[in-house]
Amino acid sequence: MALLDVNHLDVRFALRRGDVQALRDVSFSLERGERLGIVGESGAGKSVAAFSLLNLIAKPGYIAGGSIHFDGRDLTRMSDRALRHVRGHRMSMIFQDPMMTLNPVLSIGDQMVECLKAHRRISTREARAIALRKLEQVQIPSPAARLDQYPHELSGGMRQRVIIAIALLLDPDIIIADEPTTALDVTIQAEIMALLLELCEKHNVGLILITHDLGVVSQVTQRMLVMYAGRVIEQGPTREIINAPQHPYTQGLINALPQMATPGSRLNQIPGSMPSLDNLPSGCAFHPRCGFVERADGTTRRACIDEVPGFVTSGNCRVACHMVAEMLDRERIPAEEIR
Amino acid sequence: MSSTAPAQAPGQAPEAASPLLEIRGLEKHFSLSGDFLEQLKFRKGRIVREQKHVHAINGVDLDIQRGEALCVVGESGCGKSTVARTVMGLLHPSAGEIRYDGQRIDDLSHKALMPYRRRMQMIFQNPYASLNPRMTIQQTLEEPIRLHHPDWSPQRVKQQVAEVMASVGIAADWGARYGHEFSGGQRQRIAIARALAVDPEFIVADEPISALDVSIQAQVLNLLMEAQQQRNLTYLFITHDLAVVEHFGTRVAVMYLGRVCEVAPTATLFARPRHPYTQALMSAIPRLEDDRPQHIRLEGEVPTPVNLPSGCVFHGRCPHADERCRREIPALIATADGGQVACHAVEEGRID
Repeated sequence: MALLDVNHLDVRFALRRGDVQALRDVSFSLERGERLGIVGESGAGKSVAAFSLLNLIAKPGYIAGGSIHFDGRDLTRMSDRALRHVRGHRMSMIFQDPMMTLNPVLSIGDQMVECLKAHRRISTREARAIALRKLEQVQIPSPAARLDQYPHELSGGMRQRVIIAIALLLDPDIIIADEPTTALDVTIQAEIMALLLELCEKHNVGLILITHDLGVVSQVTQRMLVMYAGRVIEQGPTREIINAPQHPYTQGLINALPQMATPGSRLNQIPGSMPSLDNLPSGCAFHPRCGFVERADGTTRRACIDEVPGFVTSGNCRVACHMVAEMLDRERIPAEEIR
Repeated sequence: MSSTAPAQAPGQAPEAASPLLEIRGLEKHFSLSGDFLEQLKFRKGRIVREQKHVHAINGVDLDIQRGEALCVVGESGCGKSTVARTVMGLLHPSAGEIRYDGQRIDDLSHKALMPYRRRMQMIFQNPYASLNPRMTIQQTLEEPIRLHHPDWSPQRVKQQVAEVMASVGIAADWGARYGHEFSGGQRQRIAIARALAVDPEFIVADEPISALDVSIQAQVLNLLMEAQQQRNLTYLFITHDLAVVEHFGTRVAVMYLGRVCEVAPTATLFARPRHPYTQALMSAIPRLEDDRPQHIRLEGEVPTPVNLPSGCVFHGRCPHADERCRREIPALIATADGGQVACHAVEEGRID
């Protein structure tokens, strides 16, 4: 069994006008030391997915169904006390904005010590020694001096290094990073990602990286999920998805990147925008923007409009698309006839 | 378009035509010290006046040719947005000159600047903040036209709005709605329509697609490129995204800590970046390709623009810095392949 096993996860937000389903039937798993990317545009549900992994969904949100098995135990059924042991200790989280995550009125050292003492029975002196070692690991210049500094005295890149040090404090099995470098400049982003990658590999820590940046995902992760309107629409090995995306949305997303077009030419845009979650189109949520609802011979693929697509396995990837399913069917029949 | 703008023969050097916009020795400092009384400090038994400044731009020279898209790239705090705002007259430069179409515009009064304000328009980064929440889209688009053409009849204004809405792909029924009813990409479309409503010839776009999703970025970039072709626009495009620059820009200026360190035609810059900072910046772009080239690690971080380093502003992080770099500020020198670079090491041939 995988270290983390998410099955048919449904997350809803209870609003006055009714429930909005933010995640539908999300399933994936993560092996020990594996790096997984979750990609999608804003509103796709990738952050909700990350928060629900730690059962951090705040009211009015709630987990309406499915399970999250971590190390054999279901997080959705755990008591708050047991959850507290998992959070921070076994799974830790890195958020997008380091200034929002750090407490502005506590020094870096105090925050790290506080976190250590909340989980372990150790003296302040021991805790400070561990904190210092972690700051050294994230390659902060003059780490001893940083312990007594406050967050506002550090630059954005430095703060994110401190956050990574805090995430590593209790030697977790999994780090969940929600857009960890979006607020940073490119040169700093490259350094932070290189550091995160190095630390994960060295300590065999699993990483769930949530981002909208396909470039970052392709460089850091081994497997990826693509999300659209609260659903996973394609998952598989990162390299295979980036090189040969099968779902029309993934194709559109990759082809829309400026680096995929010759300079100065028209970019391959996806028409329209992501539907809002409380007003999803029927059938496949992507069908109003999809160029494959109509077949090459001009007939309409009714299933795209009427039926929510299930997953089909194609190569090493799983894709939720009627068009891909149809193409696979067509290939399969002659293959069986030959046998 | 005006008949004075000479048609540019293909292959002709851009220097041959007079530039649309010339920026010379531009500096902008922001005071950190508050008003006069707050500047007074008691030091060694005497009252002295102390002032601290953020040196946002420190001597920028740039030309923008007619019909081109000049992209300014750099990391946060490099002064790229300040350049954009100073060009638009939203900020007054501390020193230096800005000439538009040969005429100096940085010292003009509000009234004298009005005709230029019609010819130059701006698109901002955050379409959630740049649209007035209390105005309908129709009102938003009419406002600049009424301001610049007070003699136009209401019918003519409405007709102009209808034309500009059609040209950027806004449905006519959006007019009665308010900004909050639209998504980020749609709002940026409205912001572009507002900029185009007065038929400008020059558009300053400050990170116009940074707040948008990837698939929407492509839509907005396509729109900006279409508008450029149809209306023969000139762009000053501020961004931190080098992939966008490679696609969109005619020429690129790379800024670091308030100075331009390299200017070159886009293809030249991407084929062969000369300045060590440009090289580091380009190596840091996350690419989709499999073989990951190791990015060039810069030491330390961008220094604060309050206390500028002596000499070359980049010397503290530059792997090629020597004594001269710490002492002397490098000037932009022309390179053989049509660009300009401000680096002693390149000038001396110490690095390629």
